Amino acid sequence: MYIVRRWSVRNAGLLETVYDGFERLLVAMHPVLNAIGYSRLERPVAAAEKVVKGFLFDCQMCGQCALSYTGMSCPMNCPKQLRNGPCGGVRANGNCEVKPEMPCVWVEAWEGSRRMKHGDAIHSVQVAVDFSLAGRSYWLITAREKYAQQHPLEESRA
Amino acid sequence: MRFDDEPAPGDPFRILPGHYSTGRFERVLRAGKFAVSAELSPPDSADPEEVYARARVFDGYVDAINATDGSGANCHMSSVGVCALLTRKGYSTVMQISCRDRNRLAIQGDVLGAAAMGVANVMCLTGDGVQAGDHPMAKPVFDLDAVSLVATVKSMRDESHFQSGRRLTTPPRLFIGAADNPFVPPLEYRVERLRKKIAAGAQFIQTQYCFDVPRLKEYMSRVRDLGLHEQAFIVVGTGPLASANAARWIRDHVPGVHIPDAVIKRLEGVTKPRLEGRKLCMEIIQEIRQIEGVAGVHVMAYRQEESVAELVDASGVLEGRVPWYPGLKENTNIKRATG
Repeated sequence: MYIVRRWSVRNAGLLETVYDGFERLLVAMHPVLNAIGYSRLERPVAAAEKVVKGFLFDCQMCGQCALSYTGMSCPMNCPKQLRNGPCGGVRANGNCEVKPEMPCVWVEAWEGSRRMKHGDAIHSVQVAVDFSLAGRSYWLITAREKYAQQHPLEESRA
Repeated sequence: MRFDDEPAPGDPFRILPGHYSTGRFERVLRAGKFAVSAELSPPDSADPEEVYARARVFDGYVDAINATDGSGANCHMSSVGVCALLTRKGYSTVMQISCRDRNRLAIQGDVLGAAAMGVANVMCLTGDGVQAGDHPMAKPVFDLDAVSLVATVKSMRDESHFQSGRRLTTPPRLFIGAADNPFVPPLEYRVERLRKKIAAGAQFIQTQYCFDVPRLKEYMSRVRDLGLHEQAFIVVGTGPLASANAARWIRDHVPGVHIPDAVIKRLEGVTKPRLEGRKLCMEIIQEIRQIEGVAGVHVMAYRQEESVAELVDASGVLEGRVPWYPGLKENTNIKRATG
């Protein structure tokens, strides 16, 4: 949904706030998620994530969400799937080299990032995409990994 | 120009303290010389002589030769092949690596192979989309992007491992470059992207064609504000336009080339547009030379390669220096214009 995707970039600041709250909730829910079993949750949560993020961002389920770094403009919608900024082919009107009718995903990302509290994260170097994570729920990965970061002792016991 | 410890042609240079590569290009730049590189368009041929002939036209005028990697998404001899041939003769080559055609396995393999064959410089770029070239039916790869490619090559060189973590027994001693395009949107983000490339490990930058010096000046002023010109050598690209029609065609068909209307008007208003195009290019080179923080010029004279010598000579940017070439005799004196 192209219209929704562009709305998301225009409201990157709002979505950032909403996601921050959601992420805190996810991390807090780790003990529950862990008790149910992450592997059991993978399919239904990934399916839900695909619906929500697919609607808002045309998410491609790369499994390593970069939206917080990219002004809420999903870089996997760039025809070259660039994760570190625009290529040199952006047209004078700001549209994509490959799809002339589409505004460059990274022109949008830059604008979106300027509307975010932590928008400067766009400057951090992103490592190459790990294609073995494609299709995985990033929400579940976040819940597990951030919880482990916040509770290092507990994780090491488990 | 010869260095005191000049090796036999084709042999690697000793790596000086603070240097990273076995090549001449890094030596020239770190010596503070205004460097000149030129783009060689690889032939549609399996004949090595065609490669040598295309390099020979630059003899005595360039410090490094870039071998493009399917530029404009058109198929030609590979940059690895061209560089392997040229390094045999002792030329300093810049191997361009585009992310469009190969995944990380192929690219890392080529980086090792190229370094083994004497390639000392690589230039990492995203690559034009396949829609721009002669094989629009091809599958675009883009497994890496230009920044993660730079980071990958850097970790191969400095940490001696593949991206997978598997060890290399001998790392590639490379001077790592990246491309940048200061002339297209989002303009205010371009310098930030440059900073990211440098943070990832880029040591020299070769830019897209500059036909808009004021825009370059703005960009360079931001580069200086961030001190990026002290962290990487900025080599600005330019080249001669053959006519107003050619300029229009390039603007419409070659991704990322910004040509202001004033340039096209200037070419339209003359009887000998080819000459005017070269004059314009020479003027741009001279203007680029004056901008603080610019370390060199990269001449891309597609289908006018024979004009590079004349352009570089007339611009005076070599200041009497004669870059090494295979036939260079010691104490060669070539009468040169000086800057």
